[in-house]
Amino acid sequence: MFLVLRLAWRNLWRQPKRTLLTTGAMVFSNVLLIFMISLQFGMYGLMIENGLKVFTGDLQVQAPGYKDDAKMRLTVPNVAGIAADVRAVDGLDAAARASAFALASSEDRTYGVAITGVEPDHEPEVSSLPGLVKEGRYLDAPDAPEIVIGRLLARNLKVGLGDELTLLGSGVDGSFAAAVVTVVGIFETGVPDIDRGMTAMPLEYFQDMFYLGDAGHMVVVTTPTLADVPAAMTAVATLLPAGEDLVVLDWDTLEPGLKQSIQADLSSAIFMYFILVVLVAFSVLNTQTMSVLERTREFGIVMSLGLKPGRLARLVLLESALMGIIGVVAGALVGGLVTGYFSVYGLTYPGLEEMAAQFNLPGVMRPRVTLVSLFSGPLVVMLFSVIASLYPAMRLYRLAPVDAMRAT
Amino acid sequence: MSGVVRISAQLAWRNLWRNHRRTVIMLGAISIGAWAMIFLTALSQGMVTEMIRDGLSVLPGHVQVHQADFRDDPNITNYIPIPDSEIEARLASGDFTEWATRINVPAVITSERETRSVTLLGIDPEREKGFTFVELDTIDGRFLDDVADTGIVIGRRLAERLETEVGKRVVIMSQDVGNEVADRGFRIVGVYRASLTSYEDNYALIGKRTAQELLGVGDHVTEAVVMGDDYRDVSAERAEVESLFAGEDDVVINDWKELDRYLATTLSAMDGFVLIWVVIIFLALSFGLVNTLIMAVFERVREIGVMLALGMKPAAILWQIVIESMLLLALGLVIGNVLAWVSVLPIRDGIDISIVSDGLEMWGMSNRLVPDLRLRDVALANGVVIVLGFLASILPAWRASHYDPVEAITKVE
Repeated sequence: MFLVLRLAWRNLWRQPKRTLLTTGAMVFSNVLLIFMISLQFGMYGLMIENGLKVFTGDLQVQAPGYKDDAKMRLTVPNVAGIAADVRAVDGLDAAARASAFALASSEDRTYGVAITGVEPDHEPEVSSLPGLVKEGRYLDAPDAPEIVIGRLLARNLKVGLGDELTLLGSGVDGSFAAAVVTVVGIFETGVPDIDRGMTAMPLEYFQDMFYLGDAGHMVVVTTPTLADVPAAMTAVATLLPAGEDLVVLDWDTLEPGLKQSIQADLSSAIFMYFILVVLVAFSVLNTQTMSVLERTREFGIVMSLGLKPGRLARLVLLESALMGIIGVVAGALVGGLVTGYFSVYGLTYPGLEEMAAQFNLPGVMRPRVTLVSLFSGPLVVMLFSVIASLYPAMRLYRLAPVDAMRAT
Repeated sequence: MSGVVRISAQLAWRNLWRNHRRTVIMLGAISIGAWAMIFLTALSQGMVTEMIRDGLSVLPGHVQVHQADFRDDPNITNYIPIPDSEIEARLASGDFTEWATRINVPAVITSERETRSVTLLGIDPEREKGFTFVELDTIDGRFLDDVADTGIVIGRRLAERLETEVGKRVVIMSQDVGNEVADRGFRIVGVYRASLTSYEDNYALIGKRTAQELLGVGDHVTEAVVMGDDYRDVSAERAEVESLFAGEDDVVINDWKELDRYLATTLSAMDGFVLIWVVIIFLALSFGLVNTLIMAVFERVREIGVMLALGMKPAAILWQIVIESMLLLALGLVIGNVLAWVSVLPIRDGIDISIVSDGLEMWGMSNRLVPDLRLRDVALANGVVIVLGFLASILPAWRASHYDPVEAITKVE
């Protein structure tokens, strides 16, 4: 075996330029693959984290049907109690919420807004929104007539801290609901839709205003990592009060757009990667076909000496595999260094910020180097290189030793 | 000179087929590369075109006129300080594909069951038919009849959320020009469908005159818009609108690229992406191309030595090899272009990608992908391959033409 390996290695360097160019093609595409895949991993990770952290959480308890159609009367009874039960589970954070639409009027402006009733003590554990309050403070008392609004809404309503807003809406029974609340905080997420349309009020006050009693609309739960979500779902499901019709939904069900936009992006990326790999495979096919043709006489001689074509075929495949290994090692080294640099210092280009804001992402991208992103691309390249040399290797089986020796 | 070129070309062509296996493999690689360049570019361009068309349909108007504060504070009090009849007269005097004036304010809509916030558009149905996002042929009930229509048209999704339907009543609340809450009941006369469901959720349409009465704004509107012939370049329309509103202090004129930075950057990023993609594919190809040329030269060292010894000019050798490379590339490109065209043809009416529609909606895309094969992109792909391919073949060709004839002839394999 060792002899074959040495033979293969020496064969590669009989035409150093050709081998270098072929492995060069591999290294080029490997570095590119490593960089792109790491970048995508980094981006997807951020998309999921940022997308869920602002508001949605990793899983939610809701009344059936509420997800598709957030109707006021589809409530979760004793919502704060359920949230407290979930919090008692190790590793899980939970907060109760209720939500409604209402007309918010300041002295000289009126806008329709979404109001979320939150538990001021627990909301910061499941959402990054409380941490984004740039002016004033987040809510602190569970029943105070206070409200926190977004920067754009504050500007549109022409209100600042301490100003009063009049809220008009309809309660859970369809009756008229109204309240006067004081603006205590202004947050800024950078996402226009959130900064313009979302507000938060203390849950108990909210329940009074909309005649909800102790009911709410969801319990938001976060888990330490996304991998813990399935286990957490089972744990939460057992905590739900018997006899109540409630469902536990994971982030993928709550935000189907998130996973799908990743899938859509991934499938177009995979098409591009595949083209790259195929082009490299052609390079290897070319090289190996030529090198087998050049050695026709030599192969004829060793076959007439009794070497089986199978061993020669394996030799050819081994040569391709060796090139592939050089490609993997050099690619991982260079790709890892390049990608590592950008994962520390970040990558940005003009226009990225506007595009990233659409997905609630920062304007600097950081690739995420993992074993998978480092080796998945290069190993596929290597696999295809070996597959590409099957054609020249198979030709050896048709080689007649005597004719081969006479070949020019 | 032309004789030299002809002979060189003939030699190059014959040399190409001396090792037909190598040539065929290389042709395969170039064709697939060229196909991938053009095909993927057509798909991506199609995606962007669709996205911009959808995006602009919700922001209808390539060039828009607002009161100076309106975009920051979209409130009825910030109406355009020129009477609507005057604006209409000015726009009608211009040379525009389509134009309209409308009222665009935030409002709250309430049915018997639910309350939602919406964007209320007071429109002139006659003028808007051409460029609204409402798909008129799939509307339930009817579209608005005229500016004084007392009905309201809402989206299918909003109707579901409000648990209401055509013929039922809803209440619209907004703010009037005196900062008082203005409300009024409307009968739903139509429920529309749109390519993106978020539009169905967000936009309620009423007659322009009705909206003016509701908001107490008299003969005024909040925006005037103009459509251009080609959304990619609306500078002519913009200049014309600017001249129509020259001298008005309290009015700002924007084109869509300023109004929606996301769409505008996507459009320009796309051009960059096409170039990067083409260059990457070429680089992956170039290794194989240079490899092929080096091997072709290497096999023919003695022959080249003989030609040089017989008095052939080094330049002729150089041309012969460059032409060989160009012929290979050109042939591969022709096959690649034909392949790309053949693969775009059966899907020219679009492919259904609704399987990931929620995800695409985050990007502002609908679930139909219509490839957009642009002459400019095809030219770019072919141009890059030819120009860079020429550069890549210079080095091996130059080295071949500078062999020492004696050494070359006596070289043993």
